[in-house]
Amino acid sequence: MESMLHITTLHYLVLGAALFLLGVIGVLTRRNVVIVLMSIELILNAVNLNLVAFSRMWGGLHGQVFAIFVITDAAAEAAVGLGILIAFFRNKETVNIDEVNLLKW
Amino acid sequence: MAPVATPFFFYLLSGIMLIGGILVITRKNPVHSALALIVTLLAQASIYLMLYAPFVAGVQIILYAGGIMVLFLFVIMLVSIDRSMRERQFNSQWIPGIIAATALGGLFMAVFTKGNDIFPEHALPMVENDNTQQIAMKLYGQYMFAFEIASLLLLVAIIGAVVMAKKRI
Repeated sequence: MESMLHITTLHYLVLGAALFLLGVIGVLTRRNVVIVLMSIELILNAVNLNLVAFSRMWGGLHGQVFAIFVITDAAAEAAVGLGILIAFFRNKETVNIDEVNLLKW
Repeated sequence: MAPVATPFFFYLLSGIMLIGGILVITRKNPVHSALALIVTLLAQASIYLMLYAPFVAGVQIILYAGGIMVLFLFVIMLVSIDRSMRERQFNSQWIPGIIAATALGGLFMAVFTKGNDIFPEHALPMVENDNTQQIAMKLYGQYMFAFEIASLLLLVAIIGAVVMAKKRI
């Protein structure tokens, strides 16, 4: 009970791990490419939560600066990913990830 | 002295975040998923505030909930979702996917239970009144090169998105 009421770094890490797992399940099981991209956003957010929690733990700001870089990466990834999705939808008239098999032999 | 209501808000916000995350990966309609993801991102911004990171919380709200999610909603509007909503929602590899995710969760739990001692019990004191200023000093001082690389990355992403989405260049 004592460990439940005193919030430590480990609580934030467990929350980040749970969010990461939800994202992994979404990426691995869903068929809709839009929802797969949203699951990738969930994963990046879990990483950000860990970075900020460690930044709090050590009393420095390096984790927060790194979290900002990760958010930049997420923006770039979302833009390019959604551009690819639009190009794919124009060619195949679907957003189903099972039909993305051009490189499969 | 630690704030009294911290555990209450931590569990409330974690509950909102996890419920939002579950809704993101289970909804049939991508618009509902996007709205659930916005709720998750806002709850996470509140958790950043609890961790003495007000600047990251602001960036999270403006950039994630305001920028990236609008991009997502625009793309959902551009692609037709009627057909995908009538189809099966989970792909043929979902059983190996669940097994892999469970194994990863077991690994996380093993690390967190075995490695409990390596995390200090009490967090170090943090200055909270000049957070944004300190981040700016780090960003334009020590992390100058990484900052420039990030701007280059954004330029490449802009060009890439235009090249991908445009019909004829």
